[in-house]
Parts: sequence; C-alpha cells; structure tokens
Amino acid sequence: MSKYAPKVSELKKEFDEKPSILKGHYLDKDWWDIPVEFREGNWCFPAKPEVLESLGFANPRKWAATDLDWKLPSGWEKTISEGLKSRLKKYRSLKLFLDTCVRCGACADKCHFFLGTGDPKNMPVVRAELIRSVYRNDFPLAEKILKGFSGSRKLTAEVIKEWHMYFNQCTECRRCSVFCPFGIDTAEITMLARELLNLIGVNNNWILEPVSNCNRTGNHLGIEPHTFVQNIESLAEDIEDLTGVKVEPTFNRKGAEVLFITPSGDVFGDPGVYTMMGYMLLFHHIGLDYTISTYASEGGNFGMFTSNDMMKKLNAKMYHEAKRLGVKWILGGECGHMWRVVHQYMDTMNGPADFLEQPVSPITGTKFTNAASTKMVHIAEFTADLIHHKKLKLDPTRNDHLRTTFHDSCNIARGMGMFDEPRYVLQSVCKSFHEMPENTIREQTFCCGSGSGLNTEEYMDIRMRGGLPRANAVKHVKEKHTVNSLVTICAIDRASLPTLMKYWVPGVSVYGLHELVGNALVMQGEKKRTEDLRENPMAGFEDGEEDDD
Amino acid sequence: MKKALMPFFMVAVLALIPYVGVRYAGLGYLFGIVLPYTAMTVLICGFIFRMADWMRRPVPFCIPTTCGQEKSLDWIKQDKLESPSSFLYAAARVLSEVFFFRSLFRNTRSELHKGSNLTYGSNKWLWLGGLAFHWSLLVIMLRHARFFFIMVPDALQYLDDADRFLDVTLPAFYMTDALVLAAVTFLVLRRIRDARMRVISLPSDFFPLFLILAIILLGISMRYVTKVDVMPVKALMLNLLNFSFEPPGEIGTLFYVHLFLICVLAIYFPFSKLMHMGGIFLSPTRNQCNNSRAKRHRNPWNSDIKFRTYAEYEDDYRDKMKKAKLPVEKQ
Repeated sequence: MSKYAPKVSELKKEFDEKPSILKGHYLDKDWWDIPVEFREGNWCFPAKPEVLESLGFANPRKWAATDLDWKLPSGWEKTISEGLKSRLKKYRSLKLFLDTCVRCGACADKCHFFLGTGDPKNMPVVRAELIRSVYRNDFPLAEKILKGFSGSRKLTAEVIKEWHMYFNQCTECRRCSVFCPFGIDTAEITMLARELLNLIGVNNNWILEPVSNCNRTGNHLGIEPHTFVQNIESLAEDIEDLTGVKVEPTFNRKGAEVLFITPSGDVFGDPGVYTMMGYMLLFHHIGLDYTISTYASEGGNFGMFTSNDMMKKLNAKMYHEAKRLGVKWILGGECGHMWRVVHQYMDTMNGPADFLEQPVSPITGTKFTNAASTKMVHIAEFTADLIHHKKLKLDPTRNDHLRTTFHDSCNIARGMGMFDEPRYVLQSVCKSFHEMPENTIREQTFCCGSGSGLNTEEYMDIRMRGGLPRANAVKHVKEKHTVNSLVTICAIDRASLPTLMKYWVPGVSVYGLHELVGNALVMQGEKKRTEDLRENPMAGFEDGEEDDD
Repeated sequence: MKKALMPFFMVAVLALIPYVGVRYAGLGYLFGIVLPYTAMTVLICGFIFRMADWMRRPVPFCIPTTCGQEKSLDWIKQDKLESPSSFLYAAARVLSEVFFFRSLFRNTRSELHKGSNLTYGSNKWLWLGGLAFHWSLLVIMLRHARFFFIMVPDALQYLDDADRFLDVTLPAFYMTDALVLAAVTFLVLRRIRDARMRVISLPSDFFPLFLILAIILLGISMRYVTKVDVMPVKALMLNLLNFSFEPPGEIGTLFYVHLFLICVLAIYFPFSKLMHMGGIFLSPTRNQCNNSRAKRHRNPWNSDIKFRTYAEYEDDYRDKMKKAKLPVEKQ
C-alpha cells in the first residue's frame, strides 16, 4: 500500500478508539481554535511553476503545504477580499448560500470526508463557515461590542491554510445539498473558494497539470495526436485478438454523423481501456458512423476544479471541433464531472450549438428531446434506447462470472439526475445485480473519495478515509450477496475505486458499464469467446465445454 | 457553554430595558408607539432590501440539485418533483420545502460502529421539531391578528377555535402554545447536547431562539397567569394600525416587555440568518428546472474566454498528425 496512507488495521483502530464528535464525544474547543496540521498524506503537491506559467496563473514558485511560509504574493488579502466581492456580485448562489444557512445541522454527517475523518471542519456547514466567518466581518463595529456573537474573524494566512486544506477535502459531490432544507450546495462554495485560492497561487498540481495538458494537447494526460491514435488502434487490435472482429475507429474525420468524446482515462488508464473497448464493440455492432477527435480528446474537465473560466476554456473545444468536422451531434462517454459540465454548464458557456442538429439515434430513430439544445447525448441513454428497441444482440450469461452492484457517480446523480438508464443497461447485460443500501445509492450516493482532482498518490490518507462510506456499502453487498464487481460510469471512479477496494474491500473489481456491454455483445463474425475483455475466463464458456450457440 | 450564555444574557438585558423604561421612567409612548413603528419599518424595508439585493444578482448557471430521475427517454419514469423539467413542478418543489420541509424529511443520522462500520438511520426529529416550531409560530401570529381587527374575520376565528380544541384550562388552552414551547426547547437543547450541534452553533444561533422563547413565555404568562386586560392592548394595536399617535392606556409592564422583544426580533430579522424565510424561495439548486440540455440557460455575464483553437493545435502538431495519417486542414 501507499506510504501516504496508514495500514488498514491502524486506521480501523483509530476509528474504534479515537474520540470523535462523529461518535458523540464533545470537542473541548471551538472549531476556529483548532490548528491546521499538514502531515504526510493530507495535502496535494502544489502546481509546478512551469505549469502555472503555461496557464498564465498567479504566483509561480516552489513551495509545499508543510512550509511555514507559503510565499503568498504581496497584497494577497486584497486579492482575496476583492475576488470574493466580485463573485458575490456575479453569483446569486454564493451570496444566498453564505447568507441563509441557519446551521440546523442536517448536513453535518452527510459528508464522506466527515464520516471518514471525524474532523469537525469537514462538516459541510463548517466548511462553508470557513468562508462565512471572513465574509461576515463586514460589521466590525457590532463584532467589537459583541465579540464572537456571529463568529466572524479576520482573513489571515492561517485562514488561507485552512481553506486550502478543507476546500481540498471536498469533492464537490453535492450530497450535503440533497439534505439541506435550503439546498445550500457546498460544491458551489468549494468551486468558488478554489477559484479564489488560485488567484494567489494556492493550488494542486494534480489539477493544474492536467488543465495545462488539456489546453495544449487536448487531453489531461498530455497525449499528443499520434500517440492517442496509436493507443486506440492497439485497443482495436486487442479486440480483434479476443473476438476475431476488426473494429475500425476513425479520427478527425469530417462528415461523420457523430463525434464521440470520452475521458482520456478510457484511452490510457486501466481499467478504463476495457470500457473503451466496450464502446468500440458497440459502435461496430450497430454500424455507427462516428469519429474520435485528437483535438477534443478529453471529456473530463479539470477546469471545473480550477475556475469557471477555465472550465469554459477547456470545454469550448467540444463544440469547436464538432463544428469543424461538420458532425450532426455529439455522443459522450462515461464520466462523472464531465457530465455535470455538459449537462449544466456547456450550453450556457459555449453554446448555442445551432450548427448541430437535435440528436436522433440512427439505429432506432429515437429523438433525444432532452438534449435538444446541447445536442449531446450520454452513452448510457443511447445504449438504453438501443436495448429497449432490441437492436443489440446480447448474451448476458457472458457476464455470469460477475456479481455486480452499481455505484452512482456524484455528478451524474446529483448534477444530472440519471439513475435508471445505467441500471437498465447493466441489468440487460448481466444477470447478477444487487443494490447497495438505499442511503448510499442514487441521489444519496457516496463519492469515491477522490473526485474533483484529488485522485493523487500523495493524498492517499484522505482518499482512503473519504472513500470509507462507499467502501462500507460495497462491503455490505459483498458479504450479503457475494458481489465481486463494482460497476460505475465515471472515469475518476474507475481510476480511484480499485485502490479503495484493495484497501477496504479486497476481492471486488471495478468495471465500466460499457465494458460489460462489450462482454455481452454477440458480434457478427466473432470467434468463440472464452474470455472477457480483461482476458479473464468467463463462467460457463471455458475451452472444451459444449456451447449452446 | 459560553456560546449559549452570551445570547441568554443579551435577551435578559433586553427584557429589562422596557421594564425599567416603562415602570420607572414612564416611557410608555416610546415603547408603545415609537418603537413598534420603527421596528416595523426596519423589518419591512430591510426584508424588501435583502430580497431585492439577492434578486438583482444574476443566476449564471442552471445548477439544480437533482434528487430524482431526470426527464429522458419516453419509457423511463421521470421524478417530476425532485428533477423537475417544468416551472410548475419546480415551483411545487420549492413550496414542498417551504410548507413541509421536504429535504429535512430525508434526514438520516450516520453512526460509526465498531469495526469501522457506518450505518444511516432515519432521523426525523429535526424535521418534526422544525415543522412544529414554524407552523406553531405561524398559527400564533395569525391568532394575534385578532388584536388588529374590530370584528375578527371568520377564518381567524375558526383557526382560533381549532387551536383551542382541547378546552382544558381557563382561559382555554392553545395547543400551539405548548407545541411551540416544546419545539423551541428541543431546538435549544439539541444545540447544547448534541456534540456536532455544539460545534456548529454560534451565539447568533441561540440568540433568536432565546428571544422567541422569551416572547412566548411572556405571552403565555400574560394569558394564563397575570391575565392582562386585553382591551387596552387591542385599542393600542388598532391605533397603531390607524396611524393614530395617541398615547397608550394603562397596560401591564409585561406587555411592554413582550412588545419590545418582538420589536427587537423584527429589527434583528433582516440582518440575520432569519432571512432564510425569504431566501428559501430563491435557492437556485431548488427552484431551477433540470432541463439544461433541452433549453439553453443564459448567463448575463458570460465571460469572453479565448480558447486554444483547432488551427493553433494543428500548427503545433501538423507533422506528427501527418505521420499518423490524420487528416489536416493545411499541408
């Protein structure tokens, strides 16, 4: 296991023995008197100076969160307070969310980071108070007379350290917002807090390097066009080896009907690549006229974890490329925060997409009226429609070696509202499916603990803690229903959940939904299949056994 | 419990002010006429100002928190209330929050057990306590409208009768009096006793609770214990309503304390978290439709951002693209 995380047994011991307000022990001081302590495993490496320079971002320098002096730029207090003021003018949400909280406590125990750390500042209400306490300092006179009445305080370097720590212990998952009687959304507050921190060079390399890469090469991993193509072609070769079917994806092709965009993690990361193979099998199966762009080769958008302007800048490539290629509409792969951006921000930021047509499935003729304006369809919607119209030849028994459960990704769940399509697809391609407990799925789903750009090695301690609620729910279905496969529709999940499972629930593997679709698809002209896309043997299809087909 | 003591003493000191002022300094006119007008003016103007101040700020993005299935394919059942796609359902969603505290109804309590096992039990106490508190206050306020009418309207009379349905004391006992007392006590106690609530509570959370508690206790003692003569009170209220500035008649000092604390609450209201009363209607995560892919949401300040165009990208990678047999725009 990572040197940045304690051993499971140590962490379990801590949960059992250490007093915590989560277990009802009283705290002996106020939250604002608790010092911020950076130690191994609870902070992300700051952005490299050259990354900041390439983006034109503030205050490039070498520093670490454990340094006493963070080398903040001169006048940083003014930058922050003016930055906050201007954002309060631009966002009703921010102003309302700072003003209306009554500290009723409904959100307190809804955050996975609070559940995994017991740290009072990880209660969503306190996370927002970190900013509120500074924002409220607008009535210094009243505060002088009634010291401490409204809990306001001055903006100091210590406060910035606290912001950096706790706005990076929020994955913008919006679970607290579901329970808040006023719908106060900590994700919104965190997004704007991170914007502010970026103004003074307090940042996270694991977010900003992908941002810089994506700007330059079109994808987070910084893959240049020829390598991007090579990798997908090698996946196509793997498909041919496994199934005997030759799939032929095209790149940057003008005049294709559909532009397909998915997170680059699907092209390069394990187990994302198997999901990519699933997409390619599906498109070949139905004969979809599609192309993949090397320029808009990233569905994910780490700009979302940086600033709204950066989100817009990176996302602009999707429409720009769709227009250049002259496609009719865009199909998007499995990704969490990508879909928050596409669903709730893209059209507003980069639209109107009046050069595209309302998406129509060329196979079933279904008009996707719910995407009439953005002209972008989620692959799970697309596939669910195909299955519903019986356009796919599926053999779900090919997934008999998998006993599945489904992890709703935060952004898909609470920032889009797509719950039933992936479940429908999953149950059509796999016979064994068991839901996790109801307080841990659908709109109440728990984050993987590594979302919003925190999926980095040096942050392992916090990630494993934050992932505890999700892992716990998986453990429940593993013990109850011998579930061995966690299916997701998010690239960050696919990257982070395997580590989490290995840590808390060994024996559970992580799959993308379309990997299972790829397993189940009966392709025309395929050879006898004995292994799934991962080259694991499929139950009942072993070599030498009689096959029904 | 410093955080609770400070507001407790604040309310106590505030209560003493009119007591001394009316009883020993004869400032009945100030506390009976001038202050109520001032307080009402601050409340109304302040409330309108705060609402306008929120509403003039743009809502740049469509960011509803979707708590149910979105509208998608015909055969997939949409959760129209939790993922509304039309104004009507979005309005119903907001109103269900306002009237029934729908989101609080979902509340659970997470517990960490031995072996790092987490459980999430249903926990409706806050929902119940909050609902009892707010609804009782509303009914009590409506009941008080009888002081502002010469002839009490029928609807108010019915409400009054219903509230006195348990006809057990003399004067007849109002259920909402007991309910609101129980609810306020619960809301105060949970802030003190619950470890998490104790951490998040500020003096400014206890202050309105203590203020309201004091107002209720004074009201109850006037009605059931000291049995204040209501006729001069009604006369004063009718005068206030008619903008007649006649000095008030003989009313017990307790009434002045009751009235003064109400004035304090009214003045405090627009400057405090109590504005959640108006804010709840504006929350963009609850009052927007989840239809952002079907209908374009406009941002009035949509930033003008320069992005890296395809042409720039091709300029940088043309040779590599050509080698990989990728089509290029320029040779």
